[in-house]
Amino acid sequence: MPMDDFLFRAVIAGIGMALICGVLGVFVVWRRMAYFGDTVAHAAMLGVVLGLLAGMDLNLAVLLVAAAVAIALQLLSRRRAWSSDTLLGILSHGSLAVGLVMLSIIDTVRLDLMALLFGDILSVTQTDIIRIWIGGGIVMAVTALVWRGLLSITVHEDLARVEGVRVMWVETLLMLMVATVIAIAMKIVGIILVTSLLVIPAATARRFSSGPEQMALISALAGVFAVVAGLAGSWQWDTPAGPSIVVAALSLFLLSSIVPVSQS
Amino acid sequence: MTLSPTNGSLLQVRGVSFVRNGRKILDSVDVSIEPGRIITLIGPNGAGKTTLVRLMLGLDKPDSGQVIRLSELIIGYMPQRLAVPPFMPLSVERFIRLGVRSGKGADADALYDVAAETGITHLLKSPMQGLSGGEHQRVLLCRALIRQPQLLVLDEPVQGVDVGGQAALYQLIARLRERRHCAIVMVSHDLHLVMAATDEVLCLNGHVCCAGHPDTVSQHDEFLALFGPEVQRSMAPYTHHHQHRHTLQGNVIPTPVDELNGGADDINSNHHDSHADG
Repeated sequence: MPMDDFLFRAVIAGIGMALICGVLGVFVVWRRMAYFGDTVAHAAMLGVVLGLLAGMDLNLAVLLVAAAVAIALQLLSRRRAWSSDTLLGILSHGSLAVGLVMLSIIDTVRLDLMALLFGDILSVTQTDIIRIWIGGGIVMAVTALVWRGLLSITVHEDLARVEGVRVMWVETLLMLMVATVIAIAMKIVGIILVTSLLVIPAATARRFSSGPEQMALISALAGVFAVVAGLAGSWQWDTPAGPSIVVAALSLFLLSSIVPVSQS
Repeated sequence: MTLSPTNGSLLQVRGVSFVRNGRKILDSVDVSIEPGRIITLIGPNGAGKTTLVRLMLGLDKPDSGQVIRLSELIIGYMPQRLAVPPFMPLSVERFIRLGVRSGKGADADALYDVAAETGITHLLKSPMQGLSGGEHQRVLLCRALIRQPQLLVLDEPVQGVDVGGQAALYQLIARLRERRHCAIVMVSHDLHLVMAATDEVLCLNGHVCCAGHPDTVSQHDEFLALFGPEVQRSMAPYTHHHQHRHTLQGNVIPTPVDELNGGADDINSNHHDSHADG
């Protein structure tokens, strides 16, 4: 049945996205990168418009702009002229606004703005699924490779540097990976909500974890649960899929914060 | 071009100056670190102690002069402040293991040996966030040691530790040197808490005011009042031998010969004030 088919695709795509969001999300929470995530997501709007203008693949355009924003932030914050959240505020809303203005100028192309802002998981194609799982797989592999370095710079950058970690390199890699994941996940929950999939499952996992790997794992599972429950709810009550996934993640977070946990 | 330190030194700071925001923080500083020796950097707040340490570690680059390290020099570093993010679950054991690449001396035996040496075996399973000041510093020391360093750099190792714990920590550091024969560079902003075990004291105030062996046990009234005779054995105040005055920026004011004694007294009370503030 075609109905079941698109729902099946949505679940497969959503699970792939949730796994990688869950793992990278712990670093977003530890390193206070939530605003960075929002900035990259907002810049994705500019990426879409530039992609349309250049006539190139939109996913690729979004990825390139997201990466450019990540690198720009890294370079600007080294100069210490502005605090990082001021820089983020400028880049975030600046790129979103420029994107929206440019979009209104090139009105030859009809673009589903709602889908861009809030995602459209029910329209994912087989190609999207392949991209999500291959892109996610690469990000996962790189994360595993630099795992100790990532933990080390999260605890103390100078100490990591003295111990031989190439801090700048690892940090840039992390920002690029978060940008990649946002470019991927934006298709599913949209520009406005995408950071929530990085933050909420990781926050849910904190109370039940005694080690960093455990927290990443629980965070990934919480994300998968949110995708499945959100899509089921969306199917049941005919609510928009992207927001429903975020509501499911939020419900799990709220529920988990009232469950008593024995702290040994 | 790679230079290497002369005379068997591990690390040499040669004529190093460092300027930040138009202010000269260090001015032609020379330090040489020999294997197995303890050097303590003292001086008032803002004297450039931490800056000098960062230059030694290669975390900052000097504006002029050179910092020359033995190639492949293994440094164990204990930073002044370290707070694990509150939402990051990390046990003490895991934190310490972050200091070494897996398979590089990270085996369980090595870890337990160093944990026993620093007296934190009972804490290994505890989360990093709940440690007391003294426990926290010992854990940092343990992470620095697990790398089997030739040089140990400790930036205010007794920070946040109560007075009794400070004495114990200084004794531990002295024992580490005896057992491991590693060189130690230690920062203290406290003139009166310099270990008897330190081989050299470097008094810093933008430039090197004076350097040399600290006097051993002293009968200093204030010292006795603070710590009592039993702790006194492991510590000694450092009496200044230099004979010049400072401006507020730490520049030396030439002192006429007939005022020498008065000048030296001035310096002591000046340093004492900054200690009381800190």
